[in-house]
Amino acid sequence: MSLLEVERINTLYGDSHVLFDVSLHVAENEVVALLGRNGAGKTTTLRSLMGVLKPRSGAIRLNGRPIQGLAPARIARAGMQLVPEERAVFGGLTVEENLRVARLTAEKPWPLDRIWEVFPRLKERRTSRGRTLSGGEQQMLSIARALIRDPSLILLDEPFEGLAPLIVQDLVELTKRLAADGRTIVVVEQNVAAVLSFADRVYGFNNGHVVYEGRAADLRADAAPMRGFMGLAA
Amino acid sequence: MPSTAALVSQAFNGLALGSLLALVASGLTIILGTLGVLNFAHGALFAVGAYTAFVMMQATHSFVLALLGGCAIMLIIGFAMERLVIRHFYARPDEDQILVTYGIGIVLVEALRAYFGGNSQRVPVPSWGIGATKLGFMVYPTYRLQLIGIVAALLAGLYLVLYRTSVGLVVRAGIENAGMVGILGIDVRRTFLFVFAVGIVAVGLAGMLYAPVVAVTPDMGASFMVQSFVVIVLGGLGSFPGAVIGGLIAGEIISLTSAFDSAYSEVMLYGLMALVLVARPQGLFGTEGRV
Repeated sequence: MSLLEVERINTLYGDSHVLFDVSLHVAENEVVALLGRNGAGKTTTLRSLMGVLKPRSGAIRLNGRPIQGLAPARIARAGMQLVPEERAVFGGLTVEENLRVARLTAEKPWPLDRIWEVFPRLKERRTSRGRTLSGGEQQMLSIARALIRDPSLILLDEPFEGLAPLIVQDLVELTKRLAADGRTIVVVEQNVAAVLSFADRVYGFNNGHVVYEGRAADLRADAAPMRGFMGLAA
Repeated sequence: MPSTAALVSQAFNGLALGSLLALVASGLTIILGTLGVLNFAHGALFAVGAYTAFVMMQATHSFVLALLGGCAIMLIIGFAMERLVIRHFYARPDEDQILVTYGIGIVLVEALRAYFGGNSQRVPVPSWGIGATKLGFMVYPTYRLQLIGIVAALLAGLYLVLYRTSVGLVVRAGIENAGMVGILGIDVRRTFLFVFAVGIVAVGLAGMLYAPVVAVTPDMGASFMVQSFVVIVLGGLGSFPGAVIGGLIAGEIISLTSAFDSAYSEVMLYGLMALVLVARPQGLFGTEGRV
């Protein structure tokens, strides 16, 4: 049985239909990438899964339990955790306070020491306010805030966007380590080369439709299928 | 030119007024910061607090019991307002929220007028606050000194709740990004209810504590509400330290200007607000782009 099953969800922004019958599934310990051009519906899919947007129709099941229509807080407590594109670090709170907020309702939260092991840089900056962190540190904190809740599924939305290449390299290594540790991850990312280096499977999005499903290894060997949903860049 | 003694006395008046403004504005600013709702009923709730003190004093003849009972009543009013009305307006446009809270304010003020009449009521100064205290350089009404101390203790308590407890941590995170708090598994609606009720108790307490100093009338909260709006703009929207410092600055400006010419006290207040907005649009303690 898949950890996450999504069946024909349709999501609208007001009157604007954005997702059309999107279906996908994610098995435990799997890393799934959602690829596509800007506006293809990838972020909307993640936000629909997390309950930030309510799909108009369709079904979403996490661990076999239906979660569509639930508030984000309940979906988070069911084991899903979104790391949003804008990072959404609490700027007025310290690094440690950001983490403490995140672990408040977690069933089996990680001890802080485990977070410091994974993110030594955050330990150095534990008393710094979120708004004083660099972009890369904020992204680490955003991911750490998800990890401390020990979720069964992490949704990463554009984790490498707007960061310097060296920082991206660090974060790619981190994501690879998480994948190797058996974390189940759904990732949306424009940096196709980076994401294909650790993803197991790929869904291609175009205009709110899923137009491709396949193994990341196949796309690494032959990028041709990506032209349909990534355009010339692929 | 007023004498030094008169100026010092006015500075103490400014401290008393400023501390009350800080308490009123704290409630207003944490509600605005967390819920995104600008509560235009805040002035009316200040008056409700004062009338609550009036009724409870008549019933119990004890100011302390009146404060405790008044807090319980304000808590119930806060819960009821949030559950029955405000909750349904979180996702609505700002103008809808302003209209509904403004409407609640009118209903509350007119309800007070209908029940108690338009004439002013008096709440006696508590027995432990009667008389004046010699401060060496001047004599100052004892209750006003106690008022400053009580409000300072209340603000310190609010500070401890906001900065030393898990609930406060959630509220501070919610002020920055309520949506993200929800994504992290916390039921923001419960937090909203708590914040709204705390804000209403704070403004009600300000009204109760102010009642022995002034004539209690249904409209007594109007000027406080406008001034506390200025305070939260000065201090920075959603900032608790900003509300406290802004309140004290506003209180001193109003009182000290009154020593020269009371007609200019509000002019000076708005002048300062304009200066702060030009130099630091986010307010003294605010964050850019917030709210």
